[in-house]
Amino acid sequence: MNEKTMLEEDLREQEVDQAECIFCNENIVYEKPDTLLDTPMHYCPGCGHGVAHRLIAEVISELGIQENTIGVAPVGCAVFAYNYLNIDMQEAAHGRASAVATGIKRVMPEKYVFSYQGDGDLAAIGTAETIHTCNRGENILIVFINNAIYGMTGGQMAPTTLPGMKTTTSPFGRDVLTMGNPLKITEIVATLPGVYYCTRTAVNTPANVRRAKKAILKSFEYQKLNKGLCFVEIVSDCPSNWKMNPVQANKWLEENMLPYYPLGDLKVPNEKEN
Amino acid sequence: MAKVKGDILVDIEKCKGCELCRAACPQKSLELSRKINSKGYHYIVRIEDNCTGCTNCALVCPEGIIKVYRMTLNKKEPVATITNVTNDITVTVKS
Amino acid sequence: MKESRLMKGNEALAEAVIRSGCDAYFGYPITPQSEILEYLSLEAHKRTGMVVLQAESEVASINMVYGAAGTGKRAMTSSSSPGISLMQEGISYIACAELPCLLVNVVRGGPGLGTIQPSQGDYFQAVKGGGHGDYRMIVLAPSNVQEMVDFVRLGFDLAFKWRNPVMILADGALGQMMEKVELFEQMQRKTNIEPWATVGKPKDRERNIITSLHIKPDKMEEINLHLQAKYKEIEKEETRFATIDCDDAEVILTAYGLVARICQKAAQLARAKGIKVGVFRPKTLFPFPYDAINKLAAKENIKGFLDVEMNAGQMVEDVRLAVNGQKKVEFHGRMGGIVPSPEEILAKIEEKFVGELV
Repeated sequence: MNEKTMLEEDLREQEVDQAECIFCNENIVYEKPDTLLDTPMHYCPGCGHGVAHRLIAEVISELGIQENTIGVAPVGCAVFAYNYLNIDMQEAAHGRASAVATGIKRVMPEKYVFSYQGDGDLAAIGTAETIHTCNRGENILIVFINNAIYGMTGGQMAPTTLPGMKTTTSPFGRDVLTMGNPLKITEIVATLPGVYYCTRTAVNTPANVRRAKKAILKSFEYQKLNKGLCFVEIVSDCPSNWKMNPVQANKWLEENMLPYYPLGDLKVPNEKEN
Repeated sequence: MAKVKGDILVDIEKCKGCELCRAACPQKSLELSRKINSKGYHYIVRIEDNCTGCTNCALVCPEGIIKVYRMTLNKKEPVATITNVTNDITVTVKS
Repeated sequence: MKESRLMKGNEALAEAVIRSGCDAYFGYPITPQSEILEYLSLEAHKRTGMVVLQAESEVASINMVYGAAGTGKRAMTSSSSPGISLMQEGISYIACAELPCLLVNVVRGGPGLGTIQPSQGDYFQAVKGGGHGDYRMIVLAPSNVQEMVDFVRLGFDLAFKWRNPVMILADGALGQMMEKVELFEQMQRKTNIEPWATVGKPKDRERNIITSLHIKPDKMEEINLHLQAKYKEIEKEETRFATIDCDDAEVILTAYGLVARICQKAAQLARAKGIKVGVFRPKTLFPFPYDAINKLAAKENIKGFLDVEMNAGQMVEDVRLAVNGQKKVEFHGRMGGIVPSPEEILAKIEEKFVGELV
């Protein structure tokens, strides 16, 4: 459907008075950034990945760094991130996105490099790479999507699955005595000297979306200044595997995820040094 | 204060009917259509003419398919322009 | 002007890495190849500005190579058997994504943690795939310290020519032994940008994606067919081998790497006793010189082959495929870090062939 027919459809649908014609370019206050392609996303309805992708694209567009940015996609639901972002990207082996990003950044230190990883990728199979990339203070951004579950493989327990939370591999709820406690990897990496900026955000409300975008924006700005590693956790939802509708999922996120993974900065740069 | 009017354009073919925008809309002006798109999803439509163009719906939309418009109605010219403010100033408005 | 030096195999290889204009080395210490990382850590950055990074594991190393190679730079890693096993997943991704890079395996005895002594037990792993899926690496088998140097440059050339990982399959003895080497002159670091590389998308080109994921089966089959066609081309163009005294030989010793040198000595001992022995040495293990061996086997004066390896018999399978039943193929192997002596190879020749030789 092209834009014109879409517009007509919408006008009919929404019975807008055409005489006023609000739909002109000077009245646009929000539209998706150019860096986000028009390809329909493969994510389930209500999935937070789409918002996170869009925020990265918005920041890249606003900073005008499309020509100088290289992204690394993980294994997990976001394995196809490169289908949606109009930038050069590499797809890494499971857990190794931060090692791949290290390889890129080391040979192209003048480029902006980020990895985009889920909880299984970053905090289970890729824990060693995550910790050591952070510890070396690689001058990259790691975007960490935490939805407490393995989405792509169909809802198995993740390192960040909450105590008592039911998944296909913890069908009676996560028993911390046998399955361990959720790994707060963001708190762990925040203790490492190589990490310059570490924050936890979410995409469940408009206000949180704005904060998440600001965190990503700041991270790219710090990267430009060679400040070291920036780590942005985005607490997100997985309605399909949480077995809720998206609105319920966001409510559940608010009530259950956020108390365990409180939002806010875990490590902020000493502004006086800047 | 000048009255603002907002509106949205939704790429309904890509809408998956997740309703996060509906939940985020402070004006409660969005609802799922009874119709479905070619993918089989009920898509979101604006049912009330009270949109303020706050962009909340677009911010939470995972598909990035909401374009938000806003225009000011009965635009009034400012009575004065304040420039070169160096210290805090207080403005009291009588209602 | 070429420069001659007396150097240890690992250090000579590292020196060649610097001189080849390599952009990045990522590695993790493991005996018997740690000198490569050590030498590069000391020398490389100050001389060419090349990146040298000690990673947290071989898994991280190979994925750093993936990232750097994806930008079209000359990237490499080195390790020894257990470390190379850890890298297999990454190598499979690199092969599928068609990234040029150089890998060095200074093989030690296995299986398991095994021994730090030389071995050729990783032939199958290097030549037949190693990781998952249908892929091949170009495998170069140096036989002396000079080739540890020369194959670095050749390796990078082949890697970029074919957009394929290249492995130098050495062993612990080659890594540790000292010999005189001639070093090639310092080459420039790479300045050209590969059209497929992820270096940031300019406005006027489509974005470049480095991936090995193709969910749709028809696309994945297309990728596989493309790779197989490439491997066929490589077999046609890049097969390299050496023959020593094969023209009048009645027995051919087939061996690669260090063992080929020992076989040369064994052949000399045999000829002193009146047994006409030649040596056939593949320099590339993939592509394997099937045709050359097949033609050799067809010659009337050849009675048979004795394949000698430091393993339980791996390359011998390819020799048998090449000979294809025309002549008998015997095998002699030592394992666990034991290097066969010329005398024991001679004894094997006598045991297996002398009765039949006039």
